[in-house]
Amino acid sequence: MISLFNRFYLLGLGAIALVLTSCNSGESSNSPKDMAGNASAGDALLGAGSTFIYPLFSKLFSVYHDSTGLKVNYQSIGSGGGILQLTNKTVEFGATDAALNEEQTQKISVPVLHIPMCSGAVVVSYNLPGIKDTLQFTPTLLADIFLGKVKKWNDPKIASVNKGVSLPDMPIIIAHRSDGSGTTNIFTTYLSKVNNEWNTKVGKGSSINWPVGLGGKGNEGVAGLIKQTPGAIGYIELAYALQNKMSYARLQNKSGKFITPSVASTSAAGNIQLPADAKVSLTDTDAPDGYPISGFTWAIIYKEQKYNNRSQDKATNLVQLLWWNIHQGQQYCEPLHYAPLSQSAQSVAETILKSATYDGKPILTEQ
Amino acid sequence: MQELTSQLVQKPSRVIVQDRKTKYTGRNIRWEGVFKRSLVITALSVLVLVVGIFITLVVQSIPSIKALGIGYLTGKTWDPVSDIYGAWPFLLGTLLTSFLALIISIPFSFAIAVYLGEYRPTGWLSGFLKNVVELIAAVPSVIYGFWALVTLVPLVRKLESAIGVAPYGVGIFSASIVLAIMIIPYAASLGRELIQMVPSSLKEGAYSLGGTQYEVIRDVVMPYTKSGMFAGVLLSLGRALGETMAVTMVIGNTSLIPDSIFSPGNTMASVIANEFTEADRAVYLSALIELGLVLFLVTVVINMIGKSIIKRFTHE
Repeated sequence: MISLFNRFYLLGLGAIALVLTSCNSGESSNSPKDMAGNASAGDALLGAGSTFIYPLFSKLFSVYHDSTGLKVNYQSIGSGGGILQLTNKTVEFGATDAALNEEQTQKISVPVLHIPMCSGAVVVSYNLPGIKDTLQFTPTLLADIFLGKVKKWNDPKIASVNKGVSLPDMPIIIAHRSDGSGTTNIFTTYLSKVNNEWNTKVGKGSSINWPVGLGGKGNEGVAGLIKQTPGAIGYIELAYALQNKMSYARLQNKSGKFITPSVASTSAAGNIQLPADAKVSLTDTDAPDGYPISGFTWAIIYKEQKYNNRSQDKATNLVQLLWWNIHQGQQYCEPLHYAPLSQSAQSVAETILKSATYDGKPILTEQ
Repeated sequence: MQELTSQLVQKPSRVIVQDRKTKYTGRNIRWEGVFKRSLVITALSVLVLVVGIFITLVVQSIPSIKALGIGYLTGKTWDPVSDIYGAWPFLLGTLLTSFLALIISIPFSFAIAVYLGEYRPTGWLSGFLKNVVELIAAVPSVIYGFWALVTLVPLVRKLESAIGVAPYGVGIFSASIVLAIMIIPYAASLGRELIQMVPSSLKEGAYSLGGTQYEVIRDVVMPYTKSGMFAGVLLSLGRALGETMAVTMVIGNTSLIPDSIFSPGNTMASVIANEFTEADRAVYLSALIELGLVLFLVTVVINMIGKSIIKRFTHE
């Protein structure tokens, strides 16, 4: 009996020892220096970031692996996490729905390239039982609703842009994301641009202090609140709305047109004169056929690819992968409800990618 | 530490063989020492872990403590955009949901404890009920969250429209009901065991004086078990304070201060779960970690209060 107990006891201690040793080795492989070593031993590229782009990336990387044999390991831990991992040099590329802010740029201290991969839109979805027509919103009206100033669905402000729709006498219930998210960032950036009161009172960010409403976790959380609550209105990703056949509103863009959100109108939003670094929010676009609430998802990499003893092969592999993403890869966007890059966005992305260097020399030469 | 442990593992494994053949050899006695030492080390490592967690929380909170000071606890606004962080709405939300859940759960857990402990201590029904109650504790919290979102929230919404408050469905009330269900087993199981441990001589004495079963429970069983019952309640409160997933799914997640139990709110744990991944500035991240520190301290303080109450009851 005692020896049986002994055995169990020793087994337990052995397990602890095992855990401790494996923890240690896990830690050391996470430290940046060893990471580069490990990564060059295996050929896989490591990436982390945006959850929004994850379905597209996993499709792209699996196709790319089939054709070239290069393995890409992408972890969808959220844009902020991706930026942090790149800053700590634990991944070779990040992906983010929001360009680096000042604090992040300062922390990373060396130039980082933002390469647009695709764009996505945020739609305004609602639940009004019995109403079949698609509602339309003007920017001011949308801001007033989310500020809590328009409280009922039959408010004259809503009725005046939706003539002929019999709106119910129902309270408006706002649903928003409770988790920090790029979707919230795009949506609030838009509201800040089009409405002064929103800009000064609430502002933009991936988490904000909502003046009214209920929070749901993730697209599915917000969609659940909208579906369940009569009179609810909220914002979700276009891809999610399309997949789940949710009703969404037409929005008036800068040129005064009411635009139905779609993959095409989202791509169109990016067909404008872009700055050379592509770090631009596409919200409230100048494009006449563009849907006004959209944004790029960028891949982010260091401009100078020689760091931590990375091999030139590795750097070339990375840049070629991204080059493939913005060219051949674009055909996989639309079936997954992502908006492919517009022509102008693609050419800006090309120029940016060509500026990547290894030891001061450009990596892409002949392309 | 890890080398030491592996040494400990190596040596005694040879001893086991010795153990069977000869007793009380030098090696055998040495094994006693090794055994005792490894026990102490293992037990101490738990202490080191808790202290380590506390230190990590404090160190990581320093930027936020420096920037926000004591106003952090009383601040009513949580605005990551303008770097204003006040934890009061979440502190309130945590305490409100936990205590409300406790109030809802106590009648159920006491009823289960008394029924299984006193009225039907044996038999298939008792065994079945006992297992079901323990199963409640084993169900992952995300499943409660789903169930609440799909079933409970529409019911609460109906109730809310019937009594004329804003029919959100989600909110503090829904979160408290889910929490109440989740914490029932803690107080119930402990209570049942304690009731079965009441000496039968005491109960028999009461019966022989003409007491009914209810009177025996009220005047003998309850006074005898009250400190243990209280410990069970405390255990469940600890669970309720830190519960994250199920609460996040049904509480409504707003940083506004709740004005009734039907309003949406937020708890410290769910704010951390929601915002941690995308906290993109140093102070923001630190403010979230400080929230964890506050939650840690609240749990410790409530536990200490509970312990002292138990002590007072048992010394009476």
